[in-house]
Amino acid sequence: MKNLFRIIIFAATSLVLLVPHACAAQGGEKKIRIGVEGAYPPFSYMGVDGKLMGFDIDIANALCKEMKADCTLLQQDFDGMIPSLLARKIDAVIASMSITEERKRSVEFSDKYYQTPGRFVAKVGSTLEVTAAGLSGKRIGVQRTTIHDRFATATFPKSEIVRYTKQDDVFLDLIAGRLDGVVVDSVAAAQGFLKTPGGKGYAFSGPAFNDPKFFGVGAGIAVRKADTDLRDQLNAAIKSIRTNGVYKKIQDKYFDFDVYAESAPSGKKK
Amino acid sequence: MNFEAINESLPLYFGGTLTTLKLLVVSLVAGLAVALPLGVMRASPKAWLSRPAWCFTYVIRGTPMLVQLFLIYYGLAQFEWMRESIFWLWFKSAWFCAMLAFAVNTCAYTTEIIAGAIKATHAGELEAARSMGMSRRTVLWRILLPSALRRALPAYSNEAIMMLHGTSLASVVTLVDLTGAAREMNSRFYLPFEAFVTAGVFYLALTFILVGAFRAAENRWLIHLKPRQ
Amino acid sequence: MLYDFLPNILSGMVITLSVGIASLLMALLLGLAGAAAKLSKSRWLVGIATLYTTVIRGVPDLVLMLLIFYGGQTLLNDLAPRLGFADAININPFVAGVMTIGFIFGAYLTETFRGAIMAIPAGQREAGIAYGMSIVQVFVRITLPQLVRFALPGFQNNWLVLVKSTALVSVIGLDDMMFRAGLAAGATREPFIFYTAAAILYLAITTVSILLLQMVGKRYSIGVKAAQL
Repeated sequence: MKNLFRIIIFAATSLVLLVPHACAAQGGEKKIRIGVEGAYPPFSYMGVDGKLMGFDIDIANALCKEMKADCTLLQQDFDGMIPSLLARKIDAVIASMSITEERKRSVEFSDKYYQTPGRFVAKVGSTLEVTAAGLSGKRIGVQRTTIHDRFATATFPKSEIVRYTKQDDVFLDLIAGRLDGVVVDSVAAAQGFLKTPGGKGYAFSGPAFNDPKFFGVGAGIAVRKADTDLRDQLNAAIKSIRTNGVYKKIQDKYFDFDVYAESAPSGKKK
Repeated sequence: MNFEAINESLPLYFGGTLTTLKLLVVSLVAGLAVALPLGVMRASPKAWLSRPAWCFTYVIRGTPMLVQLFLIYYGLAQFEWMRESIFWLWFKSAWFCAMLAFAVNTCAYTTEIIAGAIKATHAGELEAARSMGMSRRTVLWRILLPSALRRALPAYSNEAIMMLHGTSLASVVTLVDLTGAAREMNSRFYLPFEAFVTAGVFYLALTFILVGAFRAAENRWLIHLKPRQ
Repeated sequence: MLYDFLPNILSGMVITLSVGIASLLMALLLGLAGAAAKLSKSRWLVGIATLYTTVIRGVPDLVLMLLIFYGGQTLLNDLAPRLGFADAININPFVAGVMTIGFIFGAYLTETFRGAIMAIPAGQREAGIAYGMSIVQVFVRITLPQLVRFALPGFQNNWLVLVKSTALVSVIGLDDMMFRAGLAAGATREPFIFYTAAAILYLAITTVSILLLQMVGKRYSIGVKAAQL
């Protein structure tokens, strides 16, 4: 009896130890695991067939092609991106992540690959004044750990900041009337919400937010601090798709304005 | 281990503990209150009474609580008539939705526990009561329920602990309970290990307190069933 | 709308079932090992097994899952160079999900199996050995068939809870049924339809499981008369 128990214990422990080995990363050349999101249209979203698409996804694929790297896109929630990167589950994050000082303390960023300001979205005809006093006591929805989360938390201290894992869920709750407003990227709001049937009756309100303290200098690709090689490769790849027309092609597929520049797009276009 | 970050986040965790406990107590009390009549129905030999109760517990116990929570929170909010009805005053709040989902869930499990305990009652006990001239109603209140509820205690203590763990789902509908606090800390410091271990320790402590409370309750009400020394 | 997304959600069901079955296998092994350890004479083994079941059953699945997925990874990364691996060992969501759920239900099955082994009179094993059977033969011919019979009700319960727990892997980003239903709900802004669809599919899995396990139960109870009042 005792021997048999030993065998069982041995089998169980070896299973526990072996499972992760089977999935060990085959280290070495040009295999890059990229963290992407999936619920952040038009930058990344799931198509009807379950395939990922969007601006971030196309940029990721274009950069990989440029670097001749073998990339795998791994989908996960935004608030898990930096932990996953630091935990070496992924090697790069292409998820509309803004380059901020706060994040730079933990990770390294490539140059920006696009830049758009943040905006406040509320019901059409909302009389809310987009100031700390005007929004006092109101419920403001943000996606957890985003620049909009940090910005709203610091700028509207008297409001209740409600945090969600997915941007789509923030919009769902805005429609449901559980939120008085949402602080969100202007393009994500315009293309992913206001222009869709669900976004009818909602509009931008207040000014465009682009205080570099919170909003940084555009969205970049996050890598681990030690991976300066990868960062340099990514920078070179961004530069070359900017010049060889690939970037423009991708941009025109999703936007009718220059998403790379700092100029804020208005939600009314098209 | 980065104890400084943990220390700095402790107020967050205490707030989270309070939320967790509120959710737990309200859903357990509400769930139990509804489970009592449902349990009696479920144990009834009459099909028109037991079938509906069975249906309810089957559907609830057959689907994940996460799905039920999402259905109540996001699903119902989809409908305009819902958002314009007076119920919206309640369904608007994440608190209410979470409590409702948890209460319905624990209600289904508790119904089965109570029904099981009622069915396990000795037939002789009830016959004796009837032959003493008690009415059916008196038998139910004086004999059946007191003895069945006592016997249900050990199973119910398991259910209460499962429910404590179930409340961790509140963090997915924007509430900052213990798990929510851990996720908050993780996103602030990027220290997943510290964040979730701390939450684990808090839950473990709560579990021990619950287990201790139920043990005391068993000593008070189940002493007659204890093996003799 | 639902029709467009249905194939996608159904393929998520395959992932849900794979996670379920893989973690069940792991839980079975851990459960048998845990039961063996708890029934062994070594105080060390008993202590470790008790610690395992207490801690696992004291902390919510969701917290354990987040801990293993994020925290476990950090730990492995620190260990990897010391164990002689050049690069980090990667825990993907599937592995983290299977490990966590397997680990949790291993603890529950430990108790189920311990009870079942204790329900088999020791005399039967002794008789087997006296007849000259090897230890393996005793286990396969005498202990295992009865173990299955005694453990089946607890096993069924655990499997049903386990399947529902797999919904939680969606929170750590594995694209199972629940995850896909959630993305579809967000993309179409029609959460009610998609979460209802998910609920129905889970209910289907539960129902089929119950029917299958009933057949197995009948097979292993041949020769046992049901007690009837």
